[in-house]
Amino acid sequence: MTKYRINKTRFVDQTKTVSFTFDGKKYHGFEGDTLASALLSNGIHLVGRSFKYHRPRGIMSCGSEEPNAICQINDNTDLTEPNVRATEIELYEGLKASSQNCWPSLNFDIGGINNLISPFIPAGFYYKTFMWPKSFWKKIYEPLIRLSAGLGKSPTKPDPDIYDHKHEHCDVLVIGGGISGIISAKIAAKNNLKTILIEDKNILGGSTIYQNNKNFIIDNQKSNEWLMNEISELEKLDNLIIKTRTSLAAFHSYNYLLAKENISDHLPLDKKNGSIRQRLWKIRADKVIVAAGAIERPLIFNNNDRPGIILANSVKKYLDFYGVSTGLNNIIFTNNDSAYETAVSLFEKGISVKIVDIRKKSSSNIVKNAEDLGIQIYWNSTVVNTFGYKKIKSIEIMNLSEDGSNVTGNKHEIQCDCLSISGGWTPMVHMHTQSGGKLDFREIDQVFVPSEKSENHINVGSCNGDFELEEIFKNTTIKVKKFLNINESSFDKISVLCSKELEKKNIWLLPNTISEGKTKSFIDFQNDSTAKDIKLALREGFKSIEHVKRYTTTGMATDQGKLSNMHALGIIADTAGVKMGTLGTTTFRPPFTPLTFGAIVGRSVGKFFDVVRKTSIHEWHVQNNAKFENVGQWKRPWYYPINNENLHEAVQRESKAARDSAGILDASTLGKIDIQGSDASEFLNRVYTNAWSKLGIGKCRYGLMLNEDGMVYDDGVTTRLGENHYLMTTTTGGASNVLSKLEDYLQTEWPELDVYLTSVTDHYSTASICGPNSRKILKKLFPNKDFSDETFPHMSYQDAIIDKIECRIMRISFTGELSYEINIESKYGKSLWENCIKAGEEYKITPYGTETMHLLRAEKGFIIVGQDTDGTMTPIDLQMDWIVSKKKYDFIGKRSLYRSDTIREDRKQLVGLLTDDPNEILEEGAQIVSELDKKPFEMIGHVTSSYFSPNLNKSIALAVVKGGKKMKGQKLFVPMENKNINVTVSDFIFLDKENKRINA
Amino acid sequence: MFVINCPYCGERDQSEFSCGGEAHILRPKQPTELSDDEWAEYLFMRKNIKGVQFERWNHAHGCRKWFNMVRDTSNDKIHAVYKMGEKPPVI
Repeated sequence: MTKYRINKTRFVDQTKTVSFTFDGKKYHGFEGDTLASALLSNGIHLVGRSFKYHRPRGIMSCGSEEPNAICQINDNTDLTEPNVRATEIELYEGLKASSQNCWPSLNFDIGGINNLISPFIPAGFYYKTFMWPKSFWKKIYEPLIRLSAGLGKSPTKPDPDIYDHKHEHCDVLVIGGGISGIISAKIAAKNNLKTILIEDKNILGGSTIYQNNKNFIIDNQKSNEWLMNEISELEKLDNLIIKTRTSLAAFHSYNYLLAKENISDHLPLDKKNGSIRQRLWKIRADKVIVAAGAIERPLIFNNNDRPGIILANSVKKYLDFYGVSTGLNNIIFTNNDSAYETAVSLFEKGISVKIVDIRKKSSSNIVKNAEDLGIQIYWNSTVVNTFGYKKIKSIEIMNLSEDGSNVTGNKHEIQCDCLSISGGWTPMVHMHTQSGGKLDFREIDQVFVPSEKSENHINVGSCNGDFELEEIFKNTTIKVKKFLNINESSFDKISVLCSKELEKKNIWLLPNTISEGKTKSFIDFQNDSTAKDIKLALREGFKSIEHVKRYTTTGMATDQGKLSNMHALGIIADTAGVKMGTLGTTTFRPPFTPLTFGAIVGRSVGKFFDVVRKTSIHEWHVQNNAKFENVGQWKRPWYYPINNENLHEAVQRESKAARDSAGILDASTLGKIDIQGSDASEFLNRVYTNAWSKLGIGKCRYGLMLNEDGMVYDDGVTTRLGENHYLMTTTTGGASNVLSKLEDYLQTEWPELDVYLTSVTDHYSTASICGPNSRKILKKLFPNKDFSDETFPHMSYQDAIIDKIECRIMRISFTGELSYEINIESKYGKSLWENCIKAGEEYKITPYGTETMHLLRAEKGFIIVGQDTDGTMTPIDLQMDWIVSKKKYDFIGKRSLYRSDTIREDRKQLVGLLTDDPNEILEEGAQIVSELDKKPFEMIGHVTSSYFSPNLNKSIALAVVKGGKKMKGQKLFVPMENKNINVTVSDFIFLDKENKRINA
Repeated sequence: MFVINCPYCGERDQSEFSCGGEAHILRPKQPTELSDDEWAEYLFMRKNIKGVQFERWNHAHGCRKWFNMVRDTSNDKIHAVYKMGEKPPVI
C-alpha cells in the first residue's frame, strides 16, 4: 500500500492491483478506483495545466463537475479520447492517460509564461488585441492562437467502437441513485410500477454511502449502513431496472429523456473487443423523479487553484470510499457544517486536520463533535493567500471584519499539504430546467431551487434544496407518495437523526488585503476566469449574465460551469448591487455532461448512414462500369466510361450516339404517382398550370406544377390511362414532396374531390430509348406493334407485351429525339433492359447517364426544376407562358402570377448564353454582369446549366438574367477569378427549334 | 419531444409527424377576385403566437393523414387534437 492509501473500504478491492500509466510513467491502483483516486493514492495532485495561464492544476473534485483533471486517454491509438475527466473514468488494466494543454511537459510548461504576463491578458484580451493590422489575422494571429488553443487532441482516425441506441418505456424513471433516489425507486417499484433507476456512478448510494458519522442515524444505524441494506433489498425487486454507469444527458418535454450508458468503457482493452462501448437510452417515462443531488461549491479567494486544493466532500469520498488520503496535513476551509464531517473522518483516521470557518460560530452537533475531538477551529477567518507552485504548501489566514466585507488583524500562516474547501451546496437543477421548469432563489442559503410544480415530474432530495438527512428522508417520502398516489410506504415510520446547521453565512468573493487587480481568485477553473474578469466585464458595460458569461467565458468550458456559475452570478449581483434572484441564471442546455458523437449517432454510420435506393437495373450498370451520382437517396448512373474515358469524353460520346443512332437511359427513378377517381381530371386541372379535361385516353401531356406563390415547384409528363385513371411522373428528387403536397390539398382544401393517390415509383422500372433508330429497336422488341406516327404518335401511350409480360410504352421525349419509354413491373426491369440492349446492338445502342441526359435536354432548352429554377422562378420567367392556361378559372399559384412582384419586367428570366469563344465552357453558378467598368460589379444573373455540345460543336449555356427576355443578342460578361468571359444572350433552344427530330 | 395523439392512429412519437403551420386558413374560393393585399394576406401572413396556437399536423410517417392540433407554444402542452373539417374546440 502506498503512503496515501490509508484506509480499507468495501468499494475498492485492495487484493486486485491494476496498473496504468500517466504521462508515460507506470503506476498502480486497485479495482474500484477511478483514475483520480489512483493518482491521489500515488501522491499525484498535479494533473494538468490551465487553459489560458497554464497554471499547474490538480484534482479538485470526485465527479462530473471536475474542471481540472481532464486527460487524454489512450493517446496515439484509434481509441484515443480527449477531455476525459479523471474523476469519472474507472481504472482498468493498461489504461494510458496523459495530461493536456502543456508543452513540453506537465512539470515544465512553456505556456506558464502566460501566468507571468497575466495582468496584460484580461477578459476580452483576444477580442481587443488581435483587431489590427487587419491583414495579420489570417496569416499570423489565427494560426498562432489555434496552435495554443484547445485542450485535448481529437482522434484522427475512424472510431472503431460500436455504439447503440435503445428505446425504453416505463411508469417511473428515477434519475440519481443517492438516498433520495433509492427511497423514490423503492416506493415506486413496491407499488407495481415499472421503474427504472439510473445512476452515473458504478454503484448506488450517492454521498450517503460513505457517510459514517455517528451524528447521522437512520433507524438506529449509521446512515451508510442503513443505506447499504436498502440497496441490497432494492436489487431484489422484480419491476425495478437499475442502470448504473448511466448518466442522464437530456430531459426533453413530455418526459422524453436521453441517458448514456457506459458499457465497456471501464473494461481493459483486451476485454472490450467487439462489445458495444456506449448505449444511448431513449426513455419515455410516464413520471419522472429527479434525484440528481447537489454539487459542492468552492470558495473564491486569492490563489484558490493550486494543486492540493480540493472540495471538502470529495476529500471525504477519497478517504471513506476509495481509502485514499488527499493529504497528511489537512486544513479545511468552509462556510458551512458539511465540511466538518470530512474533518472528523480525517481526525478519526489519525490524520492531522485544522479548520478555518468564515462563520463566528456554529452550534450544531457535528461541529460540537469536532470541537470535542480537539480539532483546532479558526472562527471568523478567511484564507487570503496560498503558497506552493505545483502543490500547496501553506496558507495565510486573517480575521474577517464585522460585516465580512474586509479582513482585519494580522496574517497567520499555516503549513499544509491539502486544503479542503467548501462553499456550501448547489442543487443540480439542470434536469428540472431542461424540462422547462422554472427556478426560485432561496435567500437563506443562496441557492436556486425548482419552483413550478409539474404534473409529470418532481425533484427530490438535495437537487430540490433539501440538504439535511432528516428533511431529505421525510420530504422525499411525502412527495413521492403524493406524486404517485400512494398512501403508505415502508419509510413512513423510520426515525432519522442528524446534525442540523443553524448558522449560515456566504461571501461570494472573500475579502483580501491585496487590491483586487493583483489577486488571482479563480471562478471558472477550466477557462481561467477570475473574479477580476467578471468585474471588468461589468465595468465595460456588460449587464446581462448571458453577456458576461460569453465575454469572460465563465461557465463555457467542458464542465459547463458546474462549479463556477453560482459564484459568477453572486459576484455580479454584489458588484451591481442587485438581488441575485432578479438576475436569473444562464440557460442550462443538454447534455448535462459531454456526450460522445458515437453515442449520438449510434449504428447510423457507414452504409447505415442513410437509405440507398437502387433501381432493378442497378446491377447491370455496375457490371457495365457506370459511375454513379446520388440523386436524393437514389444511385443513378452518371456516365459509362469506356477505356479510361473521363467524364467529359464519355459524355461527348454518349451524347453524340443518342442523337446519331440510339441511346438508352434508366429512368426508373422518376417519381410516379397513380391517380384514380371520378374527379381525377378536375384535380389535375387544379394542380397543373395547363388544362387536362380534354386530354384523350391514351395520351400524354407535360405539366408544370407551381407553389401557391406562383413559383415552379415540379414538372413531368402525366398519361391518361383511362377515363378516371392517370399516371403522373415527377422529378426524381421531388417525388415524395409532390405526393405530400397533393395529399395536403386533397385532404384539407378539396376533401369533396373523389381522387386517390398512390405512390408507384418503386413499382415500375423504366427504360427510355431515344435517337433516330429507336423506332427500329422498338419494332424488334415488339414485332406485332405498329409504331408509325399515325397509330402511335408523339405524346401517346400503348399497352404492350414483351416475353409474356405486360408493359406500357409511352412515346415521350426529354431529349428532343424520337423517343420511347417502356414501363414494366420492377421485377422484370433488368430483363427488359437487357432485351433492349440486345435489340439495339446492331444500332450501337449506347447507355447514357444523367450527365448526358442533362446535356441533351439543354441543347433543346428543356429546364430541370431545381437546376434552372430555384424556387424564385415563375413559368413566365422561364418563358413558358405557353403552358399557363388563360382559360382556367383557378389552379395552384395562378393568382400569384400577376402580383405586383411577379409581373415586374426586371425579374431574372431564362435565356441562352453563347460564349464568344465556342470552346470556352462557362462554370455553372458563375455570375453575369453587363458592365465591367462599374465596381463593385452589379450581378444581374447567373449561369444555371453549361455544357460543350458535341452535336453543335460549341459551348452552350442556360442562365437566368434580369430582364433577359429582351436582351437577345446583347453582349454580357462572366467575370472569373483570372479572366472575363465574353458571352452573347441567345435563344435558349439551341438545337432543332422546329421539333423535326421528334418525328424523325 | 412530444407525444401526439393522432386522431386516426392514437399516441405516437413526434418524430412520426410533421407540422404544417397555422390552421384554419382557408384557400380563397375566388382568388382572381382578390386584390394583391388580400391575396398576400392569405399567402404570407401567419401568426406566431407565444401561447395557444391552432396548427395543422400531418402523420407523415404513419397514416399520412392531416389533422388539426391546439398547442401552447410556450410549454408545448397539447390541448386538443381534431380531424380536418371538424369545428375547432374552444380553449
